[in-house]
Amino acid sequence: MTTPVSSMVLVLVGSVIGSVGAIFLKSGAHAVNRHWTSIAFNWRLAVGIGAYLASSVLFVKGMSNGELSVLFPLVSLSYVCTLAWSRLFFNEAITKVKLAGVGLILVGITFLSLGSH
Amino acid sequence: MTPATTAPEVHVPDPAKRKLAVFIVLACTLLVAIAQYLIKLGANRLSHAGLLATTIGILTIPQLFAGYCLYAVFTALFVFALRHGELSVLYPLIALSYVWVTITAVVAFHEALNPYKIVGVLVIVCGVAVLGWGGGK
Repeated sequence: MTTPVSSMVLVLVGSVIGSVGAIFLKSGAHAVNRHWTSIAFNWRLAVGIGAYLASSVLFVKGMSNGELSVLFPLVSLSYVCTLAWSRLFFNEAITKVKLAGVGLILVGITFLSLGSH
Repeated sequence: MTPATTAPEVHVPDPAKRKLAVFIVLACTLLVAIAQYLIKLGANRLSHAGLLATTIGILTIPQLFAGYCLYAVFTALFVFALRHGELSVLYPLIALSYVWVTITAVVAFHEALNPYKIVGVLVIVCGVAVLGWGGGK
């Protein structure tokens, strides 16, 4: 079984959309208070969940034609995107600890995918 | 590790709640692993479906539907965790689900274990530990 490029593109686009969704989930989460309307009329949460659903549809499409061992590492690139988004939108520092953690995770996932062949 | 006070979204950091947020997300990775397995099972039945058929499939194929319900539970817990922790710490922690997926494949489905997989699992656990330790403080 080989993995077509179209599947890789679908999964790659899906993971970028997913990481953008996480930004909206984070900002929406801070708008939640004890009143139910803060969840029901929370457009940021809605956009975040919508982005997650869109990325999921792309994942399902992408993963229906290919190997998880190739496609999983592509999903993990969203962690790198998230470091950048968090710095841009929430002023979260990109620390050495975070870089080391995400770096180790990427290396680990690459090893896992190598072992899956 | 001190969040900037200029961004209105960032709350006053509470170490106990930051630790709770890290713990919640780590526990959630079990849900993600189960959900991804179910979705992969269901996705095999959609290899030539269009975008509309895929959407209908999510609602009608039991494995896909169950997988996405688990994702809904995960998302609710993740949003709760995001209130108390940094996105750049909590989001990559989800990678721990890869470890559960690999363990499940070996234990439940007798998939062959090899040095690459062992190194991969150990390195991911190290990465998650570094992030969780650094971000939970």
